[in-house]
Amino acid sequence: MSGVMKRMGMIFRAKANKALDRAEDPRETLDYSYQKQLELLQKVRRGVADVATSRKRLELQLAQLNKQSSTLEDQGRKALALGREDLAREALSRRAALQQQVTDLETQHQTLQGEEEKLTLAAQRLQAKVDAFRTKKETIKATYTAAQAQTRIGEAFSGISEEMGDVGMAIQRAEDKTAQLQARAGAIDELLASGALDDSSGLAKDDIQSELDRLSGGTDVELELQRMKAELAGGSTAKQAIEPGQGTPQAQQPQDTPRFDKQ
Amino acid sequence: MIVRIMGEGQVKLADGHFAELNKLDDELLEEMESGDEPGFRRTLHALLDKVRELGTPLPDDALEPSELILPAPDATLDEVRDMLSDDGLIPG
Repeated sequence: MSGVMKRMGMIFRAKANKALDRAEDPRETLDYSYQKQLELLQKVRRGVADVATSRKRLELQLAQLNKQSSTLEDQGRKALALGREDLAREALSRRAALQQQVTDLETQHQTLQGEEEKLTLAAQRLQAKVDAFRTKKETIKATYTAAQAQTRIGEAFSGISEEMGDVGMAIQRAEDKTAQLQARAGAIDELLASGALDDSSGLAKDDIQSELDRLSGGTDVELELQRMKAELAGGSTAKQAIEPGQGTPQAQQPQDTPRFDKQ
Repeated sequence: MIVRIMGEGQVKLADGHFAELNKLDDELLEEMESGDEPGFRRTLHALLDKVRELGTPLPDDALEPSELILPAPDATLDEVRDMLSDDGLIPG
């Protein structure tokens, strides 16, 4: 296989080992593991409860058998008192059979009790382990979240994670384009300034032209000033007659404080 | 084998299906290299449909690393080409 699938898979493995697949989030793995442990603990507890229930049932049966046994004993005693030895024998033989059952049940009871104790101990140990795991899990999760927050920005820009891949690429493209344009603008400015590149727009000027412009600009200002002075000297009377009180101060302003410097 | 469709999820595919998928995959690569955008789009969709059809989707909480990865259905030829360029998914 050499197609797109394989190549993308290889690139992912080779270059995106750090990629955080959503399904492979270690926090989810920890939570999953914790869930499994809780289920196991639940099973053990259910086992303890089942054994305890069986033990209680046996105890009830034993109490019943013991009661029947003592009844038969009483009956035997009464039969003997009445001189009915045959009846007494019957009662005692039934009691003997019951006693056998009692012995069997007592053995079972002991076994169950032992099992129950073992399971209770196991449940307690497991509970302690699960509690410890829970604490550790939360610590790891907190650490992971902090680390992830730190790396998330980098991932978004480098497109490490699947979700951010497209966004990352778009951002990268935009950044590249901006940098390229900036570099190009910078280079053009430098070339124009050095005179190596002619400015077809006619807006940019080289040093010599700028200086010439500045000089000729200065001359223009001087010429303009002279022209205005001559105007004022020759036509002030006529202007005052038309616009009294307005012409003189305004017309003199450029002479006192030149506002424009054509450089 | 576990296959991931980017932005969509993972599916489990039996190895026996790969001969069929490889054909489409190779075709997709050729179209990408020759710059045949309409062909690329058609084949990508055919490949994704096939993967979805033959595969069994993995539950979201499944913890399986993907062995093969496919572009998202709306990925453009240029985007896929960028992903497969020398720099791969991560520049550098």
